[in-house]
Amino acid sequence: MTALQTQHRIGAALALVTLAALISVPYWGSAYLQRSIVEFLYFLALAQIWNFMAGYAGMFSIGQQAWVGVGAYALIVLAQDLGLNPFWAVPLTGVIAAVFALPTSWLLFRLKGAYFAVASWVIAETIRLAVNADINWLGGGRGRSLTTMGQFERGFREDVTYLLVVGITILSLVLMVWMLRSRIGLGLMAMRDNAAGAGGVGVAVNRTRRIVYLAASGLAGVVGALIFMSALNVRPDAAFSINWVAYPIFIVIIGGIGTIEGPIIGAIVFYILREYLDDFEAWSLLAFGLIAIAMMLFAPKGIWGSIQSRWDIELFPIRRRLPARFSTPSTQET
Amino acid sequence: MDIFYASVNGVLLGGLYALYGLGLALTFGIMRTINLAHGDMIVFGSFMSLVVTRVLGLPALASLVVLIPAMFLLGRLFQERVMNRSLGEGIMPSIILTFGLSVVIQNALLLTFSADRQTLSAGQLQTMSLPLTEDFAIGVLPLMTLCVVIVLLIALNWFFRHTMLGRAFRATSDDPEVVALMGIDPRRTYGLAMGLAFAIIAITGVFMGLRTNFAPFDGPARLIFAFEVIIIGGMGSIQGVLIGGVILGVAQTMGNLVNPAFFQLSGHVATLLVLAIRPSGLFPETIERD
Repeated sequence: MTALQTQHRIGAALALVTLAALISVPYWGSAYLQRSIVEFLYFLALAQIWNFMAGYAGMFSIGQQAWVGVGAYALIVLAQDLGLNPFWAVPLTGVIAAVFALPTSWLLFRLKGAYFAVASWVIAETIRLAVNADINWLGGGRGRSLTTMGQFERGFREDVTYLLVVGITILSLVLMVWMLRSRIGLGLMAMRDNAAGAGGVGVAVNRTRRIVYLAASGLAGVVGALIFMSALNVRPDAAFSINWVAYPIFIVIIGGIGTIEGPIIGAIVFYILREYLDDFEAWSLLAFGLIAIAMMLFAPKGIWGSIQSRWDIELFPIRRRLPARFSTPSTQET
Repeated sequence: MDIFYASVNGVLLGGLYALYGLGLALTFGIMRTINLAHGDMIVFGSFMSLVVTRVLGLPALASLVVLIPAMFLLGRLFQERVMNRSLGEGIMPSIILTFGLSVVIQNALLLTFSADRQTLSAGQLQTMSLPLTEDFAIGVLPLMTLCVVIVLLIALNWFFRHTMLGRAFRATSDDPEVVALMGIDPRRTYGLAMGLAFAIIAITGVFMGLRTNFAPFDGPARLIFAFEVIIIGGMGSIQGVLIGGVILGVAQTMGNLVNPAFFQLSGHVATLLVLAIRPSGLFPETIERD
């Protein structure tokens, strides 16, 4: 067994132990612990989704809050107005967010780099203001409440929300690893290195990017629905807050962009800092900003990226390597 | 008649927006990097003007005498010590660095000045107006802002076309590697360009502070207007900011006429329309570079 296979087994074992621990929390953990984990996980999920877009597909969006908000409002409409069971409505919110994201991809995919980033933000602001301007249906600036959640007993409600959040975090991680190992992942890596060249050898560049963009938007929508399922009240300012993309960017940069392990580490650092400096929000944000600048200047690969380039560790099998017989021909005897 | 008044107001508002966009167009046009802290730097400029007026007892406009050179130096330092370290690695480092800086500026201002809204005062200037018709007058200050932008644009145009340094700026924008072969250090050019952009940001900050009140977290709203101005006006086009600002201003005041809730919304929609129809803006000036 190679060192790499050992690492992948360690990675799988760690993932399984963490998963078992997470799923069992409702049986032994306190309500406070459960709420903290929920908050931790939805930031982790959003970070992982953003990392997938920016780190692997080169789409530097600062408008992901659009789909968080659309997901939250989709939940309101489905559960509150159409009377669906809110828990069953959750997957549908992702579909709705992806449907809304599709036309924006037609506009965004004509743009590159900075223009893509800014246009995604303008789109998110446009949706926020449109929801804000509407007075009757979506409640305008005051928003709407998810009173239908009252039909469930509080403990049950929190447990199901908790499991759904764990589920979506795992799902986004699994989906990402799976996509990166598939043809899509290979195409993405080729595009990241040279988009024109990748197109030349037959990668369907725009189709691949669109799949990633829609998957990311749909997942962000589901996360949005779950965030506001625990908040019970949706306002445009909160649902379309730029923090839903700002914090994930910090997490990814601190942990390491373009790695699966990085955002997990980044989220842990972020969460500890936030808890520790909870009473001094301005100080903690100031610290995040300075850390992001320092990381970019001195360790642009982030914590995990630096570890990886030093010791060549990889817990999730997403990279492809040449078999030994191709990479070291001099030692081969025939 | 309402439409006429709204257009005039939109054009005057456009003067301020053009000023927001000008500093950004400079950095984007020359360095091809994106400055997400642009809006926060404008607000920072307003606060600095407030400090200078309080400490030295100067009127707000006179504070520019101190602010312009100070901000020029700050911009040069910022570019040479921070931004230049990650040149040539694509757009991402500049986005992350300025994004971090944006958060730092906002919270540093909050910790220093509290969340209270502040205003700059220029005495009578803010209330003076020129009557156009019996029931419609235009403010002197908005008109002055528009004139300042026009003068700055003319001056910059002359600078870019007729001075050695201006030509070096344009050449560096087109191809920093070839320019380096010709004996121009792109890093130094970038430092000077950022200094120039910061000097313009100082002017922007003062005029913004005279027109509206401001608070530490107002930066992102300014930034989005600035971006819209350069998106409409054209990629990296200095002269395009005037038309971009005017279109944005008029779109907003027209939307406002239909429903006050549409003020910002119609500006965003106008921007998205331009992106859909002409992604490189109305007057693209810089050549595309990967």
